[in-house]
Amino acid sequence: MSAPWRSAQARAAWLFVAPALLLIGVFFVVPVVGGLVLSLTDFDLYAIGDPSVARVVGLRNYHQVLTDAEFWNALRNTLYFVLAGGPLSVGLSLGAALLVNARRARFPGLFRVLFFTPVVTTLVAVAIVWRYLYHPRYGLIDHALGWLGLHPIDWLGDPHWAMPALILLSAWKNFGYNMLIFVAGLQSIPEDLYDAARLDGASAWQRFVYVTLPSLQPTLLFVGVLTVIGQFQLFAEPYVMTQGGPLRSTVSIVLLMYEQGFRWWRIGLAAAIAFVLFALMLGATLVQLRLQREERR
Amino acid sequence: MRRTWGTIALHAALVVGALLTLTPLAWMVSASLMPTGEASSFPPPFLPRHVTFEHYIELFTRLNLSRGFLNSAVVAVGSTLIAVLTNGMAGYAFAKLRFRGRERVFQLLLAALVIPAQVGMLPLFLLLKSMGLVNTLWGVMIPGLASVFGIFLVRQYALAVPDDLLDAARLDGASELQIFWSVVMPVIRPILVTLAAFNFLSMWNDFLWPLIVLSDDSKFTLPVALASLVGEHVQDTELMMAGSVLTVLPVLLVFLVLQRVYTRGVLMGSLKG
Repeated sequence: MSAPWRSAQARAAWLFVAPALLLIGVFFVVPVVGGLVLSLTDFDLYAIGDPSVARVVGLRNYHQVLTDAEFWNALRNTLYFVLAGGPLSVGLSLGAALLVNARRARFPGLFRVLFFTPVVTTLVAVAIVWRYLYHPRYGLIDHALGWLGLHPIDWLGDPHWAMPALILLSAWKNFGYNMLIFVAGLQSIPEDLYDAARLDGASAWQRFVYVTLPSLQPTLLFVGVLTVIGQFQLFAEPYVMTQGGPLRSTVSIVLLMYEQGFRWWRIGLAAAIAFVLFALMLGATLVQLRLQREERR
Repeated sequence: MRRTWGTIALHAALVVGALLTLTPLAWMVSASLMPTGEASSFPPPFLPRHVTFEHYIELFTRLNLSRGFLNSAVVAVGSTLIAVLTNGMAGYAFAKLRFRGRERVFQLLLAALVIPAQVGMLPLFLLLKSMGLVNTLWGVMIPGLASVFGIFLVRQYALAVPDDLLDAARLDGASELQIFWSVVMPVIRPILVTLAAFNFLSMWNDFLWPLIVLSDDSKFTLPVALASLVGEHVQDTELMMAGSVLTVLPVLLVFLVLQRVYTRGVLMGSLKG
């Protein structure tokens, strides 16, 4: 290729990437850096009118966040959602993938689409639907519990049950996404491995534990990281279904950030909450990578 | 014999699972067609005794939800058209055009993927406020106009475009823009459709950002309008279900039509792991 071609190509390339890079730079990178700066200031309602009244306060916002009972409550609630909801959701996904991918299953494509449907629905709309399904008197869920001879549960009115209610909704909404990824993972396991295990007299359960699970390790890690990252961002479910109640039992970190930042306009403080959330998500991802590496040994 | 029982159990599990998955959505549709108050009777009915469309009519006439519908459509379609173009051009350039710093810039972009959107939301709000874009549909669309994920998707796909094809067009004297438009676009069209489906669904369903940007109910997108409606009409189960159906229906239709295209995006996204 001759030289003028190459420089023309480079010029064109920069023109092609410029719109996307400009948009991402101005509306994502700049705000992220700005957020770090904001989190070190006392930017509030008055500063919105006149930014010059905001002062740099160092790490005071972070100190305030980390010593605030409200934040620890939100952190506890969010971790509950992640640690109970994550395994439930991933387990459901894997179960559904095994069923859909079973050799004797009829209509696998149809079932895959049916299980995937909740994923594409609008979270706000289905959260409202579930709010009615959870009604202690008129909701279908307590009605079904009645058939099983169980007492009705005041799902969204009882501080002990509100978070499990959000976890169930979220597992229902999301399991289809990871199911698809698991199906692809299952299909990439060579059939020879199963044949060899069968020849050795391995039962179905043993084949699952000694062939399927080890071969799915990379998929499990990917799904785990993605699920945890998504779940740390819990917001719409409590906003629509419980407004953080009852007794603040479903306030998540993002809901707290929203309240502080956009209801009380404590922008500096809310920016600090956002960065603490970011640190938590990074930490959770690193822990999962480390666990995976140790398991390989 | 054991095989038969196993097959029956497998299909029983599949059918029960599918029924449990679809019940909330089926009840939503069913309750939206019940006369006012019927969904709040005991024992809770699953099917309406008389089908009525009064709640849909009320949503469109008295409650003006058509406005939210229109806003959501403008946001989702508008941002998708732009995103396909910006991400398509950038993804192709990162895959196929040679320029200095290409790999480094791309690595930096991928690194930005780990930063959650919430981290930039407060400053972005202030930035848009200073630009006069708060409480406008443009303000809602802005985070969806270009994305690292979109660039990544297109790049992975465009890597397979043969260099000979591009060089032949260059020999014929075509400019890079002409090559992109008439040679590359037709080849990478499948991934652009995937990208469009992804972008449309995520913009239509988005809640936190439009909730932050919009304050005037005439600008609300459907999810925001629905969330504010539930505040006033929480007792009107049937009305709220009709609103939910209207919100979910367009994305369900898009998904059913583009189902294969959409799931390809899910899987391509998972390949980077």
